[in-house]
Amino acid sequence: MHRTGELFGQFETMDQQRESASLGMWVFLTTEVLFFGGMFMTYTLNRSTYPEIFGEASRSINLTLGAFNTVVLIGSSLTMAMSVWAASVGKKQLVTMFLILTLILGSIFLGVKGIEYHEKFVEHHVPGLNFSFEPGASVATNAHAQLFFSLYFAMTGLHAVHMIVGAGLLIWLIKESMRGRFTAEYNTPVEMVGLYWHFVDIVWIFLFPLLYLIDRH
Amino acid sequence: MSTTPAARPSATPGNILPREHYLNATYGIRSWLLTTDHKRIALLYLVSVTFFFFIGGAFATMIRIHLLTPNGYLVTPETYNKLFTMHGVAMIFFFLIPSIPAVLGNFLIPLMIGAKDLAFPKINLLSWYIYLVGGSFVLYSFSTGGLDTGWTFYTPLSSVYSNSAVTPAVIGVFINGFSSILTGLNFIVTIHTMRAPGMTWFRLPLFVWAHYATSIIFILGTPVIAITLLLAGLERMFHLGFFNPALGGDPILFQHLFWFYSHPAVYIMILPAMGVISEIIPTFARKPIFGYTFIAGSSIAIAVIGFFVWAHHMFLTGESTYAALTFSLLSYLVAIPSAVKVFNWTSTLYKGSISYDTPMLYALGFIGLFLVGGLTGLFLACLGLDIHIHDTYFVVAHFHYIMVGGAVMGYVGGLHFWWPKITGRLYPEFLARIAAVTLFIGFNLTFFPQFILGYLGMPRRYHSYPPEFQVFNVMSTAGASILALGYLLPMIYLVWSMRYGQVAGRNPWPATGLEWQTDSPPLTENFDVTPEVTWEAYDFENRPDLGLDVKGAPSLAPAHGDD
Amino acid sequence: MSEHHIVSPKLYVGIFAALMVCTFLTVAAAKVDLNQYFSGLNIIVALVIATFKASLVVLFFMHGKYSAKRTQLVIICSVFWLAIMLFMTMSDYISRPWS
Repeated sequence: MHRTGELFGQFETMDQQRESASLGMWVFLTTEVLFFGGMFMTYTLNRSTYPEIFGEASRSINLTLGAFNTVVLIGSSLTMAMSVWAASVGKKQLVTMFLILTLILGSIFLGVKGIEYHEKFVEHHVPGLNFSFEPGASVATNAHAQLFFSLYFAMTGLHAVHMIVGAGLLIWLIKESMRGRFTAEYNTPVEMVGLYWHFVDIVWIFLFPLLYLIDRH
Repeated sequence: MSTTPAARPSATPGNILPREHYLNATYGIRSWLLTTDHKRIALLYLVSVTFFFFIGGAFATMIRIHLLTPNGYLVTPETYNKLFTMHGVAMIFFFLIPSIPAVLGNFLIPLMIGAKDLAFPKINLLSWYIYLVGGSFVLYSFSTGGLDTGWTFYTPLSSVYSNSAVTPAVIGVFINGFSSILTGLNFIVTIHTMRAPGMTWFRLPLFVWAHYATSIIFILGTPVIAITLLLAGLERMFHLGFFNPALGGDPILFQHLFWFYSHPAVYIMILPAMGVISEIIPTFARKPIFGYTFIAGSSIAIAVIGFFVWAHHMFLTGESTYAALTFSLLSYLVAIPSAVKVFNWTSTLYKGSISYDTPMLYALGFIGLFLVGGLTGLFLACLGLDIHIHDTYFVVAHFHYIMVGGAVMGYVGGLHFWWPKITGRLYPEFLARIAAVTLFIGFNLTFFPQFILGYLGMPRRYHSYPPEFQVFNVMSTAGASILALGYLLPMIYLVWSMRYGQVAGRNPWPATGLEWQTDSPPLTENFDVTPEVTWEAYDFENRPDLGLDVKGAPSLAPAHGDD
Repeated sequence: MSEHHIVSPKLYVGIFAALMVCTFLTVAAAKVDLNQYFSGLNIIVALVIATFKASLVVLFFMHGKYSAKRTQLVIICSVFWLAIMLFMTMSDYISRPWS
C-alpha cells in the first residue's frame, strides 16, 4: 500500500504524478457536469411545459432553509479553499482546522437537508409515498406537481449523495492531515478533494434558484 | 542491411520466449485478480468480453433459427422480444463498447507511448470489476424473466408497462457505464502525461489517436445515459412520471437523452477499430500511412461531430421538421471524416508492397464492409428515404455492416496482429486466412439479404413476416451459421497457439510501433529503459533496425506460424 | 505542468463576500415580478447570477484562472457539451408548430 506523498511506480517524477492527478480530477468533473446535466435537461423541459404548477410547487419548499444552506455550502467552499492555501504555505495545523470546518459546514448542510426532506414527507410531497399536492385539484395538476417533486428529490438527492462522498473524502484527508502528511511540496490530495468539493458547491449554486426561486413574487 | 528472411532475427527458427515476462512474473489467482498490470487487465477483459460475445451470440442464433419460417416456431412472440433485446444489450454494452479499448487499448497504449503502465493502474482494475458487477446485474435480469424492451429501453414500455426484469438490467447497464468512464479517463490522462521523451503528439500511432478520440466520447457521453437510465429506473420503481405521458411526462425526452449518448456510442464502437486498421494497413503495405494528420484529425472530428447528430434516430417520432432537417444535415457532415479515412487507407495501399496476411485480410474486409455500412447510413440520414426504411431490416443490415463488418473485424484483425506481442507466439497462418475468408463470406450472406428485406418492407423486431420474405431470411440464417464458424475457428486456434504456436520474437511482421521494440511477451514494466523516440510514425524507410530493404526491393513475406 | 500559483486568503474572503452578495441579490430578485417587463426575465436574471457565482468558484476557488490551458479547455468543453445537450434538445420542442 502506498503512503500519501510517495511516487507511484508508473510515474517517472512527482510532477508527472501531480499533473496526472489534476487532469484526472478535471476530466472526472467533466463527467459529473454531464451526469447532473441530464437532470437539468429534464428539469428544463418539464418547467417550460408546466410553468405555473412548477411555480406553485416551488413556493411550497422552504426558502429560508434553502438560502441558509446556500450560505453554509458556499462557506464550506471558502474553508476548503483556505485549507488548500494553508497546505501550500506549509501551515499544517491550519490545514487540519480548515478541513474540519469544511466537514462541519457540510454536515450542517446535510442536516438541514434532512429537515427539509422531513417537512416534505409530513406534507405528503414525496412522490411514490402517499403523494398528494392539492387534494382537491385535478389528477393532472397533482401529476405535474409530482414531476416537480420527483425532480426536487432526484436532483437534491443526487447532490446529497455527492456531499456524503465528499464528507468521506474529508474524513480521510483530516486523518492524513493530522499525521502531518501535507506540506508545501506535496498537497495534491487536498487540492483534488477541493476541486470535487467546489464542483458540488457549483451544482447547488444552480439548484438553489432553479428549485427554490421559480416564482416567489 | 540484410534483406534475406533467414538473416532477419524475428523470422529465424530457434526464437525463444524471453525468460521473464508479464505472464510468468508472478503466479497464482490472486496475482491475476489483484493485478494492476495493464497487460494482465487486458487479458481479464479479453476473457470477459468473449463470454458476453457468446451470450449475445446465443441469442442471435435463436433469433435466426426462429426466423427460418414466416410464423416462427421456436419461441412465442413475447419471448422473441426478449431475444432481440438481450442480444442487443449483451453485444452493445458488454462486448462492442469495451472490446477494443479494454482489451487492445489497455494492452497497447502504454507500450505504444513508451510508458510503464497507464496513469491510474488501480482504477484500471476497478474498471474491470465494475464491468463484472454491471454484467452480473444484467445476467441476473436475463435469467429472471429476461428483458423485452429493446436495447433502447424506450419509455413508457420500459418504465411502466413491461413485465420483464427491467430494473436489474437498467442497474447493470448504469453500473457498467462507470467502467467505460474510468477507462476513458485513464486513457486521456495517460496520453497527455505519460508519453516517453520524443513521443510528440504527431508521432503517436494512429491507434492512440483513435483511442483518445474514443475516450472523449466515453467522458462526455456515458454520464448522460447513466443519468437517463437512473431516471427511468426511478420512474419504474417509484411510479414517477418523467417519461410517462399518463403522468405528464414525455417519452421523447427519454429518447433525446438516450440517443445523446447512444449515437456517439456507435463511434465508440467504430473509432478504435479504425485505429486498428490504421496500424495494419501501413504494416502490410510496407508504406507510411497516407495523410497521417488527416486521419488523426478525422478521429477527433468524428468524436465531436458525432455528438450533434443524435436525433436522426428520432425522425419518425414527431420531432420538429426544423430539428429533423438540422440533424439530417449534420449526419451527412459526420460521414465526411469517415470517408477521409477510407480514402487515406486506400491511398496507402496504392503502390504499396502488399502482403495478404490474416490481419491484412481483416483490414481489407473492414474497408469494404465499412464502406457499405457507412454509405447505407447516408440512405437512412435522408429524411424522405428514412420514412420508408426506418425500423426495417435495412437499419438492421446497416448497423450490422458497421458493427460486425467493421468493429468486430477490426477487433479480430487486431487480435491477430498483436497476438504475437500478447502471447509471444504466432497463430497458424493458413488456418487463420481460411477463417477470415469464412467470416467474410458468412457475414455478407447473413446481412446483405437484410438490406433487401428492409427495402421490401420487412419491419425489424417482428417475430413473424409475410411468406414472400422467407427466402431472404433463410439465406440470412444460412449465412449466420457460416459466420459462426468464422468466429469459432479463431477461438480454437488462438488458444491452441498459446501453447503450440511458433515463438514469434520481438517483431515478426515487422511493424514500426514502439510496442514492437519490446520482448514478446513484454516485461511487466514494458521497457528495460525508458525509450527515447527520434523517428516519425510508420517511417519504414528510415528504420534500419527493422531489417527491411524498403526502396524498390520485392516484398518480403513476414514470418508465418506454419511455414 | 502544474500550477504553483498561491492565491491569497484575502482574495478568497473577497470572493466569498461577492458570492454572499449575489446570493442575497438572487433571492431579492426572485421576490420581484420581473416578468412583467420582459417575458422570462426572472429566470434569465437568476441564471445570469448563478452563472456568475459559478464562474467565481471555478476561476478563484478552483484556480481555473491560474490553470494550464489544457485544464481551461477541459472546463470549456464540459460547459459547451452541456449547452449542446440543452440547446439542441430544446430547439426540437421550441420549433414544433403544434403545442
